[in-house]
Parts: sequence; structure tokens; C-alpha cells
Amino acid sequence: MTDQSTTPLVELRDVSKFYGNIKALEGVSLEVHAGEISCVLGDNGAGKSTLIKIIAGLHQHDAGTFSIEGEETRLANPRDALDRGIATVYQDLAVVPLMPVWRNFFLGSEPTKGAGPFKRLDVDLMRRTTRSELLRMGIDLRDVDQPIGTLSGGERQCVAIARAVHFGAKVLVLDEPTAALGVKQSGVVLKYVAAARDAGLGVVLITHNPHHAYLVGDRFVLLKRGAMSGSHVRDEITLDDLTREMAGGSELDQLSHELER
Amino acid sequence: MTATAPAEAPAPGGRAPADERLLKTSLLRKLLGRPELGSVVGAAAVFLFFAIVADSFLRASSFGTVLYAASVIGIMAVPVALLMIGGEFDLSAGVLVTSSALVSSMFSYQMTANIWVGVLVSLLVTLAVGVFNGVMLTRTKLPSFIITLGTFLMLTGLNLGLTKMISGTVSTKTIADMEGFSSAKALFASQVTLGGVNLKVTVLWWLGLVALATWILLRTRAGNWIFAVGGGTEAARAVGVPVNKTRVGLYMGVSLGAWISGQHLLFSFDVVQSGEGVGNELIYIIAAVIGGCLITGGYGSAIGSAVGAFIFGMTSKGIVYAEWDPDWFKFFLGAMLLLATLLNAWVRKRAEATR
Repeated sequence: MTDQSTTPLVELRDVSKFYGNIKALEGVSLEVHAGEISCVLGDNGAGKSTLIKIIAGLHQHDAGTFSIEGEETRLANPRDALDRGIATVYQDLAVVPLMPVWRNFFLGSEPTKGAGPFKRLDVDLMRRTTRSELLRMGIDLRDVDQPIGTLSGGERQCVAIARAVHFGAKVLVLDEPTAALGVKQSGVVLKYVAAARDAGLGVVLITHNPHHAYLVGDRFVLLKRGAMSGSHVRDEITLDDLTREMAGGSELDQLSHELER
Repeated sequence: MTATAPAEAPAPGGRAPADERLLKTSLLRKLLGRPELGSVVGAAAVFLFFAIVADSFLRASSFGTVLYAASVIGIMAVPVALLMIGGEFDLSAGVLVTSSALVSSMFSYQMTANIWVGVLVSLLVTLAVGVFNGVMLTRTKLPSFIITLGTFLMLTGLNLGLTKMISGTVSTKTIADMEGFSSAKALFASQVTLGGVNLKVTVLWWLGLVALATWILLRTRAGNWIFAVGGGTEAARAVGVPVNKTRVGLYMGVSLGAWISGQHLLFSFDVVQSGEGVGNELIYIIAAVIGGCLITGGYGSAIGSAVGAFIFGMTSKGIVYAEWDPDWFKFFLGAMLLLATLLNAWVRKRAEATR
């Protein structure tokens, strides 16, 4: 681990989570800095989802410390996390498919005008802002009134990222943003992830694809069966090493031996 | 990056952002995107049908009768539609109307207070049932079908049991001679004659509720939350929508509708039969579904539920004007429900394909 003079935006130290007698996560540490992308890599069932739920405020950790900008905390719910500047974009439940893009963009943080019983949504502002914010991220949408379900998977992820950036998130947590996407769409999403980083956000990128992680990542945390099996910064590791370590090193050697013809 | 075009501001009202890939949205296409379109087409067809087969259907006085029948269902169809957009059911809605009327009548009679006290106590009790439904739903996470089925049965039993215990019969005592009866009747069960048409005050309540619900759905934060809770609960929760509060609020809305309907029931007949209301909950749901509400939540409108209730009114009274056996009514209602749902599904598919 490198020493940083700045305080990390989010820091997890030896965090554990138990569901009954099942250890879902044990002794995991993670740092997220502004303008950096921290990648969490792991196979299915490695504990990635549990980790993301702790950072997003859906679950509370059972052991270890969770600090936001140096201050130790325990998030009560997702709203709490949002208020502290942590926005989470989930792979499949980022948006409500039947609702128009502009309603989705402001969902949960709708701007209003008027007072008392005449307090109403500022529809013009919502439509205009959605359009301009998406344009700023490089997404040129035909019609903000179309149901968001009619957009492609990649576009939906991008809308969710643009939303998080617009609402002043300091930390952006992305749950497998490229998992269900084709090569080209994945590239588009990674471009927006990099754009969010360049805007000064700290990004947590959860993925099982070391190639995607290495393209944009600054730090890499590897999870395996609920425990941390490796933690690296970019200068210390090559893509080959990362891929090998993620696939389980010696296990991969054995597999290649078995598959040899 | 495709951000080459300058960010042009959309025209006021969000109409027609200048984009060369968008064909000019025709009025027809815009209409096709509305959830209530199918029901409006259906309503026109039903109207034409009865206008042809029933001579007296087109008379002004018939129109008042049809509107009245529609309004009685419509007052409840509005909150039930909102609840359905929010992804839930309320099977207790039908008997809750009766419960509300019973509480109002019996409290006034037994406590010999002014009738208005009974009316207000009834409001509190009815709202409490809604809160119970909502809290049970959010706490236990059981399907609303089960929870409100339980409430439905319990209320049915309570209505009969308590009424018999207190009044000795299955109906309440008359309260027509009590203080405040005439003013309460004016509010809940009066009628005016406009150009030969007898208009019951329930029509006003109904239209008022439709307007209020439409305003809430389309122009308030709560409305945005209702669509989100029904269309994607987890997504809504993840972006900080108060999912549970929204659900409890929706059940309280149904209670409010049940209170208005219940008071109407009480003040138009001044006695209440404690066994009434069973089965009406399905008619409210049918009106909402005919009006374009998606049964799985997340889509629909209050205006649609009004059109659904209007179809119900036309059918139930049209059969009488056509001098047919009213036994056929349920058959027509069922056929209408199937047709409307198919039409809605087809229209929605077309609308989404042509966007």
C-alpha cells in the first residue's frame, strides 16, 4: 500500500460481515481517493455484492471500521449514504424501466417550485437539465420523454452515472457496469467511468473482468471466498499478473495443465 | 464524443426538442402513448352500442343516472388505481366502504352526539384501517393480496357481528332525525338539476378526486414515487425514495375514498345494511384495469380509472335501458375487461414500437 498524504474519501479497514453463521466478508480493506478508480475484483460469490451493500448503506458491517473522509461512520440506509455523497449505480436495478428518462434522472431528488398545496415538480427544469447533463457526458438522447426501458443497457448505465455526477456525488460505486454488455457498449460505459473520475469523483468499480479493471483502475482489491486475496496499486502490477491472480494463480496453472492436449 | 451540437433549450413545456432524428410527433402518436387511450376507444364503442340498441339511453335524464352509477364506482376506482400503479392491491376496499358507513351511523346513534362527530370518527377509523393494511404490508413483506384478503374477511365479520351486537339486527337504526343530518346529506348525498339532468353530488366528488389524483401523479414528488415504487421497488429504494411511506400513503388514499363512499351510502339511505360491499373491490380493480393500469404496477392513470368507471356505469344502466335481463350484466363486464386489457396491451406495444 502506498502512503497518501490526503485522507481517502472512503476507507474500509478489516471490514467483516456475517449473515448468521455465514462469513460473507472477512477482513477486507479498501481505499477510495478523489480522482481515482478503485477496482474490486472477484469471481461469483467472492463477496463483491456484500461489500457494495455495505458501502451503499443497504447493510451494516459487523467488524472493522468504515470511514468517510477520515470520520468513522455506520450508514443507516441508502439515503444516508447518498447524503454523505456516496452514490451507487446497480447493474440491473439502477432505473425504473417504465418511467421516462427525465423522471428517472431526478427520482428521489425531484426539484419543486411553488409552495404549500401548489408545490409541484419543476417539469421544465427537469427535462432541460436531464438533456443538458446527458449531453455534457456525451450522451445525445433523442427524446427525454421515452421510457428509460427503451434505452440500451449501456445507455441506461450512463444515465445513472450522469445522474450521480449531477447530484454532487463524491464517491461513485458501480456494480458490474459492464457485465451484461457487449464489447462496444462496455467501452462506452468505461469512457463515462473515466469521465466521472476526471470530474474529481472517487470511483469504486466492481467487476469480474480484469481487462476492464486494468484499463481504467488505479487500485485493485481482489476478493476470494469472502476474504481479501490481494491489494495492489497500478504501478505494482501488470495486467497479466492481475488476470493470473484473479483466476487463482496456481489453480489456473493446474487448469491449463488439465486442458492441455 | 457525440456532443457536437450546441445544447439547444427545448421549447417551453418540453415540446418538440429540435432533433433531426425525431419525426414530428403527431397528435395521434402522442395519444397512442397515453395509458387511457384503450379505455377511451372502449368507452366510445360501448356508448355507440347502447345508443343504437337502447332508445332511452340518449335521453338527458338517463345521462344523469349513468353518471351517478359511474361516480359511485369511480370515487373508489381513483385511489385503487393509484394503489395499483404503486404495485399493490386492496381487496378490503369494498367492505371498507360499508364499515365506514356503519361506524359513522352507529357512533352517532349510540353516543347521541351530533352526526358530524360520527362522520369524523368514521374518517379516523377508516384511515386507521388503511394504515393497518399499509404497515402490515411494509413490515411483513407479505403480498398485499394476502394481507388485504385477511382485512377483507375480518371487516366482513366485524361489520355483521358488531352491527348485530349493537343494533340487534343486520342494519343500523335510522339517523335521519338527528342533528346535522341535513347538512351532512347536502355534502355527501344531495343532487342538483342542470338542464334537465339530475346530477348527484357524488359526480362532483368523483371529478374532484380524479383531478386531484392526476395532479398528484403527474406533477408532484409523491406521484413520481408512486410510479417508481410500482415500476421498480428496489431501484426506487436505492435512490432514496421513501418506499414504505409511499405505500402506507396509498392505502390511506383508498381509506379516504372509502370514507367518502361510505358517507354517501349512509346519507342517501339513512340506514346501512351491514352485509353490503362484498364484491365491489373487484369492480374497482376492473375499472382501474380497463382504464389502462398495469396490474403489475408502474403504469396507469387516474383519468383512465374514471373512463373505466364510466364504462361500468354505461353498461350497468344501458342494459336496463335496453330492457334486457340485468343478469347479463356480469357477462358484459367480464367480456369488457378481457377486451380492454387486450386492447391496452396492443396499444402499448404499438406506442412503444413507434416511439
